[in-house]
Amino acid sequence: MKETPLSNCERRFLLRAIEEKKRLDGRQTYDYRNIKISFGTDYGCCIVELGKTRVLGQVSCELVSPKLNRATEGILFFNLELSQMAAPAFEPGRQSDLLVKLNRLLERCLRNSKCIDTESLCVVAGEKVWQIRVDLHLLNHDGNIIDAASIAAIVALCHFRRPDVSVQGDEVTLYTPEERDPVPLSIHHMPICVSFAFFQQGTYLLVDPNEREERVMDGLLVIAMNKHREICTIQSSGGIMLLKDQVLRCSKIAGVKVLEITELIQKALENDQKVRKEGGKFGFAESIASQRITAFKMEKAPIDTSDVEEKAEEIIAEAEPPSEVVSNPVLWTPGTAQIGEGIENSWGDLEDSEKEEEDEDGTDEAIILDSLKMDTGVEVSNIGSQGLSRAQVLTGTQAVRPYAPIVLSDSEEEEMIILEPDKNPKKIRTQTISAKQEKAPSKKPVKKRKKKRAAN
Amino acid sequence: MAGLELLSDQGYRVDGRRAGELRKIQARMGVFAQADGSAYIEQGNTKALAVVYGPHEIRGSRARALPDRALVNCQYSSATFSTGERKRRPHGDRKSCEMGLQLRQTFEAAILTQLHPRSQIDIYVQVLQADGGTYAACVNAATLAVLDAGIPMRDFVCACSAGFVDSTALADLSHVEEAAGGPQLALALLPASGQIALLEMDARLHEDHLEQVLEAAAQAARDVHTLLDHVVRQHVCEASVLLGD
Repeated sequence: MKETPLSNCERRFLLRAIEEKKRLDGRQTYDYRNIKISFGTDYGCCIVELGKTRVLGQVSCELVSPKLNRATEGILFFNLELSQMAAPAFEPGRQSDLLVKLNRLLERCLRNSKCIDTESLCVVAGEKVWQIRVDLHLLNHDGNIIDAASIAAIVALCHFRRPDVSVQGDEVTLYTPEERDPVPLSIHHMPICVSFAFFQQGTYLLVDPNEREERVMDGLLVIAMNKHREICTIQSSGGIMLLKDQVLRCSKIAGVKVLEITELIQKALENDQKVRKEGGKFGFAESIASQRITAFKMEKAPIDTSDVEEKAEEIIAEAEPPSEVVSNPVLWTPGTAQIGEGIENSWGDLEDSEKEEEDEDGTDEAIILDSLKMDTGVEVSNIGSQGLSRAQVLTGTQAVRPYAPIVLSDSEEEEMIILEPDKNPKKIRTQTISAKQEKAPSKKPVKKRKKKRAAN
Repeated sequence: MAGLELLSDQGYRVDGRRAGELRKIQARMGVFAQADGSAYIEQGNTKALAVVYGPHEIRGSRARALPDRALVNCQYSSATFSTGERKRRPHGDRKSCEMGLQLRQTFEAAILTQLHPRSQIDIYVQVLQADGGTYAACVNAATLAVLDAGIPMRDFVCACSAGFVDSTALADLSHVEEAAGGPQLALALLPASGQIALLEMDARLHEDHLEQVLEAAAQAARDVHTLLDHVVRQHVCEASVLLGD
């Protein structure tokens, strides 16, 4: 499916909100969404949730022969897949640009920064090395895929244990997990990507954009850092023009954020380690009972409502009365309502002689709505069964009767407040009210007949 | 290569340059008669060729046409003989796709696309010899080619790479310096306003050194701009002489 385009009013709304430093979910400019990390039963499997964006990461390993020009180093392979369940716009053939960009960014962030010691993956130089493969799947797209994916990748790598192997002369023995405990990978540092979204040609900046904000952004700057404040990767994308001090400022913010996220990751890893050691239950299956992974829970945000009444009263007292133009729905018959004036109804044959009346009828509709501006000092008179009768209406002050639908009905039994067009609407813009009215919605011939009768 | 000193005690690099010195740049515009614009650039041993077609009607699906701007389409290809080992896939692999995307991003920001709505501008870049700084050479070649085609741009787009060794920032890295594994920064700059069109960095660099490296790259890009400006003016002089003005 093609992505549904963002409507102009939504785009304007988002941009205006950003100009006023407000975000849709109530975060501050530099706030991250909640990050949740959960592990599966196997070593190396984890799910990372950044707000509603979900990425599943799985690490696996294999003994292969090394690349010819790097005989003593292991091989690292990263693959991020945008699953079709993540967003309706993701289809097997359509994603190439985004996919290439994300994959290359991940590769550069994790491989070029040498976060994993590839030399320790070497078993027999030139013959057998470990090939570590990190597969990431995006399960739900709610913005900022790259951050979630980088966290998932590094968490999965930290969590992973490879089988132990020993070399004696020419013999290589691969031990199963039962024989010897699997060995963790040697990880030097944990690079985490932080995304900055720029709006209005670089004037406004947000950290961790969600999906709506990503749609209206001008461009993205991704900075990958580790907790030692070393920058692993910088990538600007989207055609924004940056200034040097903007980049420096972003790198400082990224430093702070990365520290927080690294702490969270360490804690999550320790917790999982503890649970496994104590023999407790772990894995995704456990989370079904506690509804952690398999449910979308909207968290309740605590709001202080203690002084809402006072505040509301203050606001109402200070506010001016609302403006006069109000479009109340006019209920023609049960089930048919009219809001607004519309253009003249051109149904029915028009002869020259009747055109004037046609015009008059056209303005009737306008008057009906004007009548809504009446104050309540309106006289209502009962009407006999047939025929027209009118009551004069005081055009008093222009106070608004808020939002009461005006019901016009053909029924002769009920007694109700009904509006009827004035006899000579061009002369006086006064409104008439009849208790009952035979006016049918846009039945022009009927109207004309009534007019003629009235004129007679 | 262990033991290779990238920066000697006297401040000389492997190829004898100083820390902030660029390699020798030679460029020519209008190398192909068929294309709307073309340029060839040599930055040291890195040789890149750029060809521009456009603005012309959108090829392929009309649906891709943008109602208010031109579409910029970039393709990057590096020849199989461009690196030390023969490359098996000249284009279509992820790195080439990424380069194409980055070039497109750079030029979409620089070209005044609002002047040519519903049309397409194609930029094809071919690397003939890759000796470090391929992105920078591609951007510089493409800038000259776009100028040769007469497509209006906000400003020159000048790019340069920079690295960091022994607390010194190096400008315009060669392949040897890139392969050593230190931090590398590629920067594309619009010199007049100092705006950064693209910024890309790899490998670990401490945050405190970022400013130094950025400044070195920006200065190098401005030096490249002086050279490219000279090339363009010379080309215009030659062309006007040939036209008999």
